[in-house]
Amino acid sequence: MPREELIKLQSERLCAMVKRIYEKVPFYKEKFDELGLKPEDIRSIDDIAKLPFTNKQDLRDNYPFGLFAVPMDEVVRIHASSGTTGKQTVVGYTRNDLALWGEVMARTLGAGGVTSSDIGHISYGYGLFTGGMGGNLGSETVGCATIPASTGNTRRQVTILQDFKPTFILMTPSYALTIAEYLEQNGIPAETLSLKCGFFGAEPWTEEMRGEIQQRLGIKAYDIYGLSEVIGPGVAYECECQNGLHVNEDHFYIEIIDPETLQPVPDGTEGEIVFTCMTKEALPLLRYRTHDIGMRMQGACSCGRTFVRLAKPSGRTDDMLIIRGVNVFPSQIESVLMNMEGIAPFFQMIVEREGNLDKLTVLVELTEEAFTDEVRKLESITKCVTENIHSVLGISAKVKLVEPRSIERFEGKAKRVIDKRKQISF
Amino acid sequence: MILKQISVFVENRYGAIRDITKILADAGINIRALSVADTTDFGVVRMIVDKRKPALKALRENGMTVKETDVIALVSDDRPGSLYKALCLLAENEILVEYSYGFVSPMGDDAIIILKCDDMQKALSCLTESGFKLLTAEDVKF
Repeated sequence: MPREELIKLQSERLCAMVKRIYEKVPFYKEKFDELGLKPEDIRSIDDIAKLPFTNKQDLRDNYPFGLFAVPMDEVVRIHASSGTTGKQTVVGYTRNDLALWGEVMARTLGAGGVTSSDIGHISYGYGLFTGGMGGNLGSETVGCATIPASTGNTRRQVTILQDFKPTFILMTPSYALTIAEYLEQNGIPAETLSLKCGFFGAEPWTEEMRGEIQQRLGIKAYDIYGLSEVIGPGVAYECECQNGLHVNEDHFYIEIIDPETLQPVPDGTEGEIVFTCMTKEALPLLRYRTHDIGMRMQGACSCGRTFVRLAKPSGRTDDMLIIRGVNVFPSQIESVLMNMEGIAPFFQMIVEREGNLDKLTVLVELTEEAFTDEVRKLESITKCVTENIHSVLGISAKVKLVEPRSIERFEGKAKRVIDKRKQISF
Repeated sequence: MILKQISVFVENRYGAIRDITKILADAGINIRALSVADTTDFGVVRMIVDKRKPALKALRENGMTVKETDVIALVSDDRPGSLYKALCLLAENEILVEYSYGFVSPMGDDAIIILKCDDMQKALSCLTESGFKLLTAEDVKF
């Protein structure tokens, strides 16, 4: 589709969406009224910056279905975020939304060369998480024989790969490496499998990791990007050029903003990724702030697609950390501490790199009530916090008790993370 | 004749104990005895002071984490073997000493031994029944 036509389509779709959302979602009507904004003020896609932003917190505040734009009668599917931070964020789909999801996921698979004669092995989790069902939907939409393998049990996964002969896989990039390792350990050459390509997402990964997966599994490895609040997997996908992810711009409008000023940044500049759903029925969000850091790439892709490319997301603007490959939200630590007696919910996480390994230290404020003269008891508090953090996060942390009120407060809240590793930050 | 000891939580950092002594100095409080328990990451400063209530107030107002702990202040002759007798008594009665620190009394020839035991009441009665002299809060207020 030529860009001019696409922009015209986006304008039409956005205007219609704004009108509908204003009528159907009290939350947005209120926001519009506060801003003195009328749906008629949005006349083209260029007016998008007039619209209010939507935050994850808005979804939580309207838990579970408050932001839905259709009656529950029309909703045919519910998913929810993994719920790592506080309340789960709940998303809904109408029948048309599922068709749309199938289509954008089919585009994703198609861009990697998948056709109806392929066999798909979906190894994302099935359940509230959108990965499994979304991948499944896309694979079936293409017309592939689809194997809902879900996660875990690597031996069984490999047996399926050997016996059912799927030609493409969907899983997290780290699990792909686990599979590769299993094959190597068991003397199963990757070329004895029928795999041609794989679609990897749900966690950030590097070009080096791509190289490793491609080499060890003997496949082409494509990055996919999506989030449940927008639709799930299928928001953006890589083509054969493997150089940036094409955004399904006819349905999801992408903006890159400066997270401080909230102003759009020019193409080729990094910023926070913001999405507006222009066609979804059940949960159309306006200017949803993803907190992922990305960049709109300049210039056309050599594959000929006109959809703008999103450079591989390179970090987060919020406090989500990736420690030893595990997504960690400071709020997870907070919930561990809240559930324990004797320590204040004030803490600080210090992340450092020692050699190739990330090291997490958690400074925990002792409460006056819990302070005891007995060193043994204090040490047992430390031990208990360490164990609970390990069971919630799945990674080990060094816990250090500190004096009450000694953790720096930032605008009344504690500054919770000090990341000493080198990474992009705002 | 249980004595109240003040315990303060401190991190292992430069000036941690200095900060405590400054607060007490500014409040005109005299530290009669002091001991520091340390671990890799934190410490507990234990003190007997002359004016306990004002000391607690000053420390808390300055953001310190403070706790009062019951201890026994045993008056022992300042000569070889005298502490041994007291500790024999506690051991025979199956009383655990959790920690202890001592100082020499400015009142005379006595040494003062601060004892924290697992069973404070039992320790107290054993020691008093056997004629050991224990200090009271009044005794440290000079």
